Amino acid sequence: MLSAGEFDSPNFGTGASLIDELWNGLRQAVNLLFNPDSALTEIVALSLRVSGIALLFSTIIGVPVGAALGLWRFLGRKLVVAFMYTGMGFPPVVIGLFVYLMLSRSGPLGQLNSPLIPNLFTPGAMIIAQTIIAFPLVAGFTMAAVMGVDPQLRQQVQSLGATTWQTAWTVITEARIGVIVAVIAGFGGIISEVGAVMLVGGNIEGRTRVLTTAIVLETRKGNFELAIALGLILLGITFVINALMLRLQGRAIDT
Amino acid sequence: MTAANSGNQRAPALPNHVSYRIEGLSKVYAGRPVLQIDHLEIRHGEILALVGPSGAGKSTLLRMLNFLEPPSAGRIRFGEFEYHPTSDAPLAVRRQVTTVSQRPVLLNRPVQANVHFGLRLRGQRTASAQVDAALQQVGLAHLARQQARTLSGGEAQRVALARAMVLQPAVLLLDEPTANLDPYNVGLIEQIVRTLNQEQGTTLVLVTHNIFQAHRLAHRVGFMLDGRLVEVADTQTFFEAPTDPRTAAFVRGDMVY
Repeated sequence: MLSAGEFDSPNFGTGASLIDELWNGLRQAVNLLFNPDSALTEIVALSLRVSGIALLFSTIIGVPVGAALGLWRFLGRKLVVAFMYTGMGFPPVVIGLFVYLMLSRSGPLGQLNSPLIPNLFTPGAMIIAQTIIAFPLVAGFTMAAVMGVDPQLRQQVQSLGATTWQTAWTVITEARIGVIVAVIAGFGGIISEVGAVMLVGGNIEGRTRVLTTAIVLETRKGNFELAIALGLILLGITFVINALMLRLQGRAIDT
Repeated sequence: MTAANSGNQRAPALPNHVSYRIEGLSKVYAGRPVLQIDHLEIRHGEILALVGPSGAGKSTLLRMLNFLEPPSAGRIRFGEFEYHPTSDAPLAVRRQVTTVSQRPVLLNRPVQANVHFGLRLRGQRTASAQVDAALQQVGLAHLARQQARTLSGGEAQRVALARAMVLQPAVLLLDEPTANLDPYNVGLIEQIVRTLNQEQGTTLVLVTHNIFQAHRLAHRVGFMLDGRLVEVADTQTFFEAPTDPRTAAFVRGDMVY
């Protein structure tokens, strides 16, 4: 039922109303949730893997970059911040296009034929696109969080004998709640993103099909019950992960 | 802030009874001179109070005494170390001095973690005995596990004092430590500070607006005005027979600025 290619137009036809159709879809969706087939689990697993790895990369790069921008004044900082703000509001599909052009056979990176550079239409390409999308979000919110820490704290920490790195680390840990929010924002930006993964992944069944691209496809095929089931799962994942992070936030406040 | 360049800053050690020697010190911000002190010695184990109106350069001087901001000209000698416009204080020197500020900023953690903080910076992972003792000294042992952000202003300032004292600094700089506090906490903090000086021999430099506090605590008092040190004298002389008419006016409570 998840095969590409066949393209039935949705049949809202005679008799059954749209409401019935949706209700029916919802019932079947719930049924599917409790008896998932292998295609469904594959899609969910790939979504989590791609967005999870991309979030990991953008956190590893974005938190230190954001912290440095928040902590120190240096030449060119304003330019970097301007680029980062642009990146935070950049249409993901344009980033997808950029990655597509870079990775395509005749593109500057695709030409290198390096084993380190993933091909187009692979999960690796999707991870690159999503990392680029999430990075400015993580860095931008981290910068804001670090800048929100009482500026007096730094001097008092230094006065207690901290080195430059110890001071920076202390400020970052004081901004921990904001840093967690930065990671949440990054995740929210990529788990629900369609355009870039569609472009660079290609929505290939069993290989690069993720929740969002599958929803687009199944909706267009008129498989509403499957589309709704996928939508519910996407909602559920977002909810669970955000709840988890909020719990972490709570712990950050309490201890 | 590294020790790498300490080699060329080695000067003949100061006499034992001198903690700091300031020579021709000045600080300029954006072309505007804010501090100019030709000569000042801070003695080992004394309580020196610096009084004077806001903007007299007192806090700037404290930042330089803590080696957090190099002078624009002149030098500060401290032991064998010489702090001048192009020098970075080695960590080992910087860690002999600490400051308690008017507005303490505590970490968003339990009280005991805040007191432990400076020791952790020095690589001491566990120090519960020292932390307990420091909290005892400021009368807050019962709040060790409480979150720092739940404390009152007076309690927070006492925690700030404990986190400084636990480091057993050679010099403790106090920047308006009791401004905005209630009389009970003012009295308590003055008592803690006096005990620290008497029992540990810690050198204290106290910046205050409050000349009565200077009178109660200090061995010597200096009067600062417009970035200059007008007069330094032992406390009794300072209040009873100041040589400079501006000091006399300030002590009387007249406007000198």
